[in-house]
Order: sequence, then structure tokens, then C-alpha cells
Amino acid sequence: MGDYVRRLQLPGGSADLARRTPLALRLHMDIPLLLLLLALTGFGLVVLYSASGKQLGTVIRQGQYFLLAYGVMFAAAQVDLQRYQRWTPWLYPLAVALLVAVMFVGVGAKGAQRWLEVAGFRFQPSEILKLVMPLTVAWYLAARSLPPRFKYVLACLVLVSLPSALILLQPDLGTALLIAASGLFVLFMAGIGWRYIAGAVVLAVMSAWPVWMYGLKDYQKQRILTLLNPESDKLGAGWNIIQSKTAIGSGGWDGKGWLNGTQSQLDFLPESHTDFIIAVLAEEFGLRGVLVLLAIYLLIILRGFWIAVNASSNFGRMVAGSLTLTFFVYIFVNMGMVAGLLPVVGVPLPLVSAGGTSVVTLMAGFGVLMAVATADTGSRR
Amino acid sequence: MPQHIPLKDPSGDIRIFGARAVFAVLVVLVLLATILARYYDLQINDYEIYRTQSERNRVQLQPLPPKRGLIYDRNGVLLADNRSSHILSIVRERVDDLDATLAELQSLVPISGADLENFQLKLQRRRPYEAVPLRLRLTEEERALLAVNRHRMPGVTVDAQLVRHYPHGELFSHAVGYVGRINEREAQELDERNYRGTFHVGKVGVEKFYEDLLHGEVGYQNVETNAHGRVLRVLERFDPVPGGDISLHLDFKLQQTAFEALGDQRGAVVAIDPLTGGVLALVSKPGFDTNLFVNGISGTDYSALRDSLDVPLFNRAVQGQYPPGSTIKPMMAMAGLESGLVTTESTVPDPGWYRLPGDSRRYRDWILKIRGTGHAPRVDLHMAVAQSCDVYFYDLARRLTIDGMHEHLSAYGLGTRTGLDTTNERPGVLPSTRWKRKALNQPWYPGETLSAGIGQGYMLATPMQLAVAATVLATRGQQRAPRLIRAIGDEPQEAPLLGNMDAAPAHWDAVHESMRAVVHSARGTARKVGEGMRYEMASKTGTSQVIGIAQGAVYVEAEVAERHRNHGLFIAFAPYEAPTIAVAVIVENGGGASAASPIARAVLDAWLVADDEVGDG
Repeated sequence: MGDYVRRLQLPGGSADLARRTPLALRLHMDIPLLLLLLALTGFGLVVLYSASGKQLGTVIRQGQYFLLAYGVMFAAAQVDLQRYQRWTPWLYPLAVALLVAVMFVGVGAKGAQRWLEVAGFRFQPSEILKLVMPLTVAWYLAARSLPPRFKYVLACLVLVSLPSALILLQPDLGTALLIAASGLFVLFMAGIGWRYIAGAVVLAVMSAWPVWMYGLKDYQKQRILTLLNPESDKLGAGWNIIQSKTAIGSGGWDGKGWLNGTQSQLDFLPESHTDFIIAVLAEEFGLRGVLVLLAIYLLIILRGFWIAVNASSNFGRMVAGSLTLTFFVYIFVNMGMVAGLLPVVGVPLPLVSAGGTSVVTLMAGFGVLMAVATADTGSRR
Repeated sequence: MPQHIPLKDPSGDIRIFGARAVFAVLVVLVLLATILARYYDLQINDYEIYRTQSERNRVQLQPLPPKRGLIYDRNGVLLADNRSSHILSIVRERVDDLDATLAELQSLVPISGADLENFQLKLQRRRPYEAVPLRLRLTEEERALLAVNRHRMPGVTVDAQLVRHYPHGELFSHAVGYVGRINEREAQELDERNYRGTFHVGKVGVEKFYEDLLHGEVGYQNVETNAHGRVLRVLERFDPVPGGDISLHLDFKLQQTAFEALGDQRGAVVAIDPLTGGVLALVSKPGFDTNLFVNGISGTDYSALRDSLDVPLFNRAVQGQYPPGSTIKPMMAMAGLESGLVTTESTVPDPGWYRLPGDSRRYRDWILKIRGTGHAPRVDLHMAVAQSCDVYFYDLARRLTIDGMHEHLSAYGLGTRTGLDTTNERPGVLPSTRWKRKALNQPWYPGETLSAGIGQGYMLATPMQLAVAATVLATRGQQRAPRLIRAIGDEPQEAPLLGNMDAAPAHWDAVHESMRAVVHSARGTARKVGEGMRYEMASKTGTSQVIGIAQGAVYVEAEVAERHRNHGLFIAFAPYEAPTIAVAVIVENGGGASAASPIARAVLDAWLVADDEVGDG
């Protein structure tokens, strides 16, 4: 509706009307969110320099990823929200088709087939789903009255399970769960009844035993067992947890100082610049540094919910809410895993861990969030 | 209201969202608080514990590699053991300038390119403060030299480790195989945890086939070191589980006899106990000293082995595929009897050549060149095997058809891998119309059936397959997967029974009788071998043509006249009444079966006749 109003105004509207619209809105940028993201990525680069063993090359490459990611975010923010809504029914089948293609012509390593290679360029179709999944469920529910009726909830579950199952087959349990969660969050934001949620929880608890017996691969079970007793596998996976806990704990309140973390600098800590980077931060900046990081994250999440609540359409609300919650899941899973609260799964610390793919996907998500935030300037102000 | 969809109750929707968002924020806050509590717990409550732990991270975990299992022959003769060897290693974290240290070490002891390559590979996969091996097998002199200079090079250590040793060098090269240093591809496939601290892995043969068994389980110890990395004391220790010792069916003396009997000729000898399927001897010549591979073979040594015309690295016993020639005739005879196409009485006219109905081409018998005529006016089954009559089997093959042959000869293990517990075994070829369609996309021609009937043409078999076929003949139809392993520790291992032919005893009697006549009759093709023999044997000679037969790329470079001579083959089992050994011998370019039969005799003598009785023949 808001867009409709804007379209009515702009062609006839005078030049000074357009000038009165703030620059940020015309560029479809949400300034508080942008500032928070800049702070986070800046902090991330500082930690990365230390975590990579003072390798400027790693930092520069990560900086380049960030530039690309901000570009993607900017582009994603320019797309009209209604256009996202119109594109979604085409994006979803395309993404699923790519996942099916992975099964047949995908490439991979260590027994998992996750990548597609097109003209020498490798990408993971499951990454696309991280955006497309919430868009799809939101698109489906936006055309129906809320809270959704039972049969629509069922339809949503089908929409969620199909790509999740395909990713599970790759096999990539971590990503499959994340993507399923991003779709379910939309349902949650759409206000499905508490009895559904309670039922799902009961079902999950009841299925834990059969899943453990028949569903999990040996290495996945091993990770969970290692979590319960890291000492049992000192040479293998347990090593990582023992070392990262030592790194975090020895940081204390003040930390050992930037570039002074003995655990990380002496290479005791594995994967120190990727999945385990929070341990470096905790060791060198102490609990103070962890608090600062958590504060930035929390502010980003709060801003995300603010955008969701103030969105002009149900579609925007649901998408923004789901993207924000998914972002939080990354933080929770990664920080919990490194501190020995959760099993080791390959989830990076969002916008801090080194790596290109996850950064670009996350920032594209924030681009969509900004598109939601700036969708309806005409009607609201 | 035809469509109730978009215009619902917007304010209601917003209320729902608001409530859900507030709830979500609450959940997020609770979970973030949980995370924070965990970090608070680690960083504030347990700070002292972890600080001490990180300061003392001089406490390090060292993997303890398990002792590799030993390999014995059937009488307890050691075929593969472990010897203490000194290793030069580097702890990367304690070296300031790696390149300078490496240069300095190179000025003291020779370090090859392969050593450096292995070192760099291990360096990338190491744990912090783990010693990475640079040079294995240091000599006394080198150790002394390093000991004198080591104080100037922090992070350089010399440790003793057990390394594989093969006391008999070339004798068991193809029977036992060897271990070598773990390469990059293997490093990716092996269980990284269990191979931490292990430098070697089975590459070929028994060493590779039983790798899991021989390797054992890694152990580890926690040691406290001083600032320079010297171990002060061991805090806790979990012993490795040594690999299992295994004993093989191989008999050292028999192996040696076969090895010596082959002399300088290229070829292979396989001897199997027909009752157990146990491989008593497995020789492929030429061989090579397996010890060369253990610590990384030098480039020149390796190219010498790889490029030799004699292809010493090629295990002829299981990889060499040769036309079996006339050695398949006893099996053909059995097929003829069982299918009812021939009887012990039925005969075939033998002018010395054979012609397909409606075809003018003459298929010659080998004897035509020698005598100008056939073996006899009419030939029966007994004479056909004993004197190796081609015409008889041309006729039988035509009537049996190629697919009938395929069916009957499959029961002897031809055309499929025998299932021997070693690596790189090849399946040979037992042709059929289907096989030719699949492999060459061509129809089968009638003339090819005749060649196949005397073991030529497309048909190929490994010496191992021929030895197995000899055991099937000896046991009257029992086909076992041959086995090198005899026992794991004290636990005996059995060879699986793959098939048991249901054939008339009278037919076996007839075929055995004809095989006995090969040696023990006046006109048998191997009668010379029987001189002075104290037991009786059943056997069959064979000659296979080399020219025009593709032996793969192996001999492409070897277009030398000597290498165009026919291969000599011989299969046998003995004693005739109750066989305890079956052998197959092939002598490449030996000219004919007469090159192979004396070798088989020597092996049978060594197995059947006590030492003091041999040699009077």
C-alpha cells in the first residue's frame, strides 16, 4: 500500500519533495543498523589480525569480502520489498532445483557433496536457501489471514522440509537445521498457536532417542559425546574444546591484551581465525571484550525486531523477524560451541570469523532487512 | 466478500507481531544471558584454573605410535620385523628461523628432496609442539654429529623409533609386500587420530591388505617440558595397543626353493595347499629389495626399478595375465565328460589339423610342425590330455560352444579374481559372447572358439588363477579363495569355500588318470620330468604364444627377439592319490613347457621329499 502511495506522489511530486526525503532513505539504508554492522565488522578485522597470527594477507582478504558483502547488502536494499514478494515463487523452485543438482553433479570433500561448480566458480546452493527459505514461508503466509490455519501450517512445513531434507542428504546437518529454523521462525512470527509449538517440542524430545539410534552418523554422535566428556578424546575432537576453554578462561576480566594471547599466538588453538575466533577475542580482550561484542550483537538484534514490528506489511514483518532470529542462532550456536556448551558444528561467528560465503549471505540478509525498513516512507512519515 | 485475503484486520496482525517480537526478544535475552554466564564462569570463576593451565601449556600431549605387528611364515620364520631406528625431528614452535635451521642440518647430514617434501606435508598437519620427522634412519656417525651440534639448534631432536625391516629382502618382495612413508593421499584417507605418530603405512601386498590389523591403536602421554622443550617428566601415560602378529601359510624353505629354481628367468611360481587353500609359496621374478621402500626410496633407485624392461615391481603371480595355453585341457576334458559331449571311449580323427564345417581354413595342431601328421589316426580323451592333442579340443570346443566353455571353466575360478588376501590382483579373461560384446563391442566368431579351446586367443589367466584351478582339479571340484594368512596371533584363519562342483567321480578318475600320464607315461608331454621321482603327480603342460598377443603396455618397449619366444607353463598336483600341494609355474619367454616343469618338480620335491632323500634323481 505504501508503495502505491509513493508511486502516486513521485511522478507528480515536485523536486523539493524528493529533496526533503533524507539521503539515507533514498539510498534505502537504515543508519543505526549500518553503524552497528560497521562497528562489528571493524572489531572483527582487529580480532582477525591477531587470530590469524598477524597475517595481514588474511585481514586484507577478509576486508575484500566485507567490501563485496556491503555491496551485496546495498544492492539487496535497493530492491523493492514487493518485488521480493513477487520473485519468491520463482526463487524457491530455482533454489530447490540447485539443491537437486548438487545431488547429481555436485562436488565436495570428505564424503559430503555440497558445492556446485559453474565456470570455475564454486558456490553452495544451501547458502541461497538461508535467504529464500524465510522469504518463501513469509510469501505463502502473507497471502492468508493470520494466525495461519492448520492446513496452511502444514503446507509451510512441507515448504520447509523439502530443501532441509535435501541439505540433510548432502550431508550437512548443521545447515539443514539452520535453514529449517529460519522457515519455522516465520511461522512463529506469524503467530501460530502455542499448542503447535508445545506439540513440536514434545515431538522433538520424543524423537531424540530414535534419531540418536538410527539418524546420526558416527562422527556426529562422537561430537555430542565429546561435548559431554572432552577428556574422552584428547587427541581428536576433545582437544579443540579443551584448548578453547583454556583460552577463554585464561583471558579473565581484562584479557591478555591484543596480540598477546598465549593460547592463540602459540597455535594451541585450532581453527583460531575461523570457527573458534571468539576464543581469541575472549583470551585477548577478556570478559570485557566479550561484553562489548555481545552488546553490539544485542543492539543489532533489537534493531532487527524494531524494523520487523514497524514494517508496513505482514510479509516484511515476517521476513525481518525471521532473519533477525536466524542471525541470533548463529551467535548462540557458535559462542556456545566454543565455550563447550553445545556440540561442535561448523557454524562461524557471524561477521567476525574469517570466510567469504557466510559473510556475503548474512549481509544480503541485512540488505533485505533494510529494504523492509525503508519500504514505506511515503505512507508512514 | 469473494476474497478475504489482503484486507484483514491489520491492527490485529500488528498486535500479534508485537507480542511475538517481545517474546522472541525475551528468549534471546535469556539465551544470551546463558552464554554470558558460561563465559563469566570460565573467565571469572575458573580464571585461576585456566590461567595456570595456559601458563603450563608446556604440558603437552605426545602420541605414542603402536608397534606394528610382525609377520611370520608357517614355521615361525620372521618375514617382517621392526628395528630401532633413529629419527631427526623438528619442533616448529621452538625454531626461530626454520630455513636457517634446515640449511644448517643439511650441512651436517644428507637430507633428500623426498625427506623435505614429507617434512613439509607433516608440518602442515601437526599439532602445536609436536615433533615433525625430517630424516629417518640416522647412522651412528650422523647421530654423533648431531649430538655435538644440537645445543646450537633449539627445537631439533633425535629420537629412537621402531621401523619396519624385511630380513629376507627380495625373496618375499611380492608375497609380503612392503610399507612406505605415508603420502598426502593416504594422509587424507587414514584415521588422522590413530596415525598420529605413525610414519609408515602398508603400501602393497599383505602389508596393505592387513593394515588395520598390523597397525594397532595409538597411545599418548602427557609430558611436562621445560622452556626449551626437553621433557622433564611424564605426567600420565596411556600405552598404545600393538598391532597383531600374523603368520602366513608361506613356507620359507619352499619359497626359497621356488625362488632359486626360477634362477634368472622372468616368471612366477605359486604353490597352494589344496586342502586349506593356503598359499605355500608365491614368487614373482625379478623382485626387489622391499627395504628400499620403507624409508623413502631414492629417485634413482626408483626409476631404475620402474623403467627396467623386466618390470620387477610387477607382481606376475597375481597381476600377470597370460594365455593359459594347454593347461586348461584337463578342465576342458572334464567339461566334455560332464556335458555328455564326449565319453572316455569316444574318439576324434586327428590328421594334425582341424576344419570348421563350411570353412576351408585349417587350424593346426602343434605336432604337425614336428611330425607332419597328427598324434594318432583317432585320439581319445586320455591321449588328448597326456599328449596335449589340439585337434581333440578344437572339436570339443566347437561342440561345447564358447558360452558352454565359459560356464564350465568358471567353476575353476578363471575369469574372476581369486580373492587372495593381497592387493592389485587382476581377474584375467574367460571369454564369452557376452564378454566380447561388452569389452570389444564385437560379435563372437566361430574360429575364436577353437583358439579358446586350447587356451589361446582372448583367454588370459594369472599364475594364481592357474594354481587355484589346479587345487580345484586336485580336490575334485572344491574351489577355495586362496589365503596367505594362516593365523592372527594364535587364532587360525580359514579360506572361504567358494564353490563345490557336483560331478561324477568316474569323470574325475578319467581326467586325473590322463593328467598322471602327462609325466608317468611313455608319450606324455612332460615324461622327462618324472625321472627318479619318488611319488606320482598329475600335471599339465602349456605353451602360450607371445606374438600377436597384447600383454598390455608392459612389453611395448620390449620388442626384442628374445621376448618373442613362447611362455612356458606348467600346472601340477601331488601326491597323485592324496594331493597335499598344487603348483602353477610360468616362465616368460621360456620357449615351452619344458622351461617350467623342472621348476614345478623342484617345488614338489621340496614339499614332499625329506631333505636327505632329494637329489638322487
